[in-house]
Amino acid sequence: MRFLELVGDAARFTGRVILESVRPPYEVRETLRQLFELGCRSVPLIAASGFAVGIVLSMHTRASLARFGAEALIPAGLAIALVRETGPLTAGLLLSGRIGAGIGAELGAMKVTEQIDALEATAVDSFRFLVVTRVIACVIALPLLTSLMNFTGMFGGYVAETTITGTPFQTYFRQAFSAIEFSDLIPATLKTTVFGFIIATVSSYLGVNTTRGTEGVGQASTKSVVTSSILLIAVNVLLVRIIFFFYPV
Amino acid sequence: MLDDVSLVVDAGRSVCILGRSGTGKSVTLKHIVGLLRPDAGNVLIEGEDITDLSGRDLSRVRQRIGFLFQNAALFDSIGVGENVAFPLRRHSKLKDEEIRSRARHLLAQVGLEREYDKMPADLSGGMRKRAGLARALALEPAILLADEPSAGLDPVTAGEIDALLVTLKKQSNTTLVVVTHNIPSARTIGDELVFLHEARIIAQGTPEALDRSDIPLVRQFMTSEGGG
Repeated sequence: MRFLELVGDAARFTGRVILESVRPPYEVRETLRQLFELGCRSVPLIAASGFAVGIVLSMHTRASLARFGAEALIPAGLAIALVRETGPLTAGLLLSGRIGAGIGAELGAMKVTEQIDALEATAVDSFRFLVVTRVIACVIALPLLTSLMNFTGMFGGYVAETTITGTPFQTYFRQAFSAIEFSDLIPATLKTTVFGFIIATVSSYLGVNTTRGTEGVGQASTKSVVTSSILLIAVNVLLVRIIFFFYPV
Repeated sequence: MLDDVSLVVDAGRSVCILGRSGTGKSVTLKHIVGLLRPDAGNVLIEGEDITDLSGRDLSRVRQRIGFLFQNAALFDSIGVGENVAFPLRRHSKLKDEEIRSRARHLLAQVGLEREYDKMPADLSGGMRKRAGLARALALEPAILLADEPSAGLDPVTAGEIDALLVTLKKQSNTTLVVVTHNIPSARTIGDELVFLHEARIIAQGTPEALDRSDIPLVRQFMTSEGGG
């Protein structure tokens, strides 16, 4: 019964997020601030991770394609793998950790110290100011950060490949980009808007419903990461299915 | 948390709510500003029923109310000065310089003029309480709700805060509803005292009337010098 209540409450919360996101007034300044905090401050993590993933993926791709004498396809193979799935999913999971934990902890701490009540008492709509701004910021940030991950991943692949074969930069990237079509890049990148929505909504919900003091704040932070990661992976299956429906192989 | 509580506070008057811990004093304040909604009954602010208000209408009413929380509830991501300036930035058309000037003036009123650029975490509990009071006064509210304004303060500073609240009432005709355990403060601030016990009002009247109350718990409270 409690589970059903929780699901109902979460669904109501999600519905309110969607409704309030499209209705004025908009907290533009706070949204931009959140875009900087959640988006820009995630750039080093995404860039470094993308680079490392690109190197590793290139090594695995080389090992697989070398069996068939198809090493020339490494740039294209890596680019497609990154852009279609590895980039979006890896970015989503990394950001569910960084952003999700941060939002859950911050809003949880605000809840237990009555700062959310103080916002309301100061005649500020705390839901718009705290939740909607973060959701919009994440929905905007995720595709941009995913694109960064894709690019740094390809650059990591280039570094790995040129170390072995001395492939020139231009040659590598021409081969990589020539393999990518609209149906590879755009749907996969746009699906990360859904990831951003999930991460921000789940962690905001858990944060503003925090109870039991500092212990509750820690739990909100952890649950934000775990819940948004699981939901992200599950929803990704559905989204990929939808993408293949509209863009069959 | 509250059971059949009926409280009327006339404009420009000050009421102090007393009682043991957990009897519903803070809950009463939260009902007045609409942070909690009653299961039954109504909350009227200046004749307007706010019980079912939300959105812009509730926001409009709240701009006339200043609220000092028990633990100040300062926004810890911004500095002390910006905390005090926050209501002005949200609800006034003042320029940035005027807002800063007003915030400094408010902090000076509570003895924190040098703490403008500090973060809330850098302040003591008593200083955070005073900063919270400065923020509550930013919009020159018609009604001030204060949850234990002198808790955690030394006797001299507590006396200064009491004097500030009394001055507010006299000069600006601000209506005060103050939760306190501090009987001397209650006697200084309150035109009327309300005693809550087990979620009900069991005594109400001037400090002198409560001194002569038939209820032993009320007399015990009134003769104590404790609180703060």
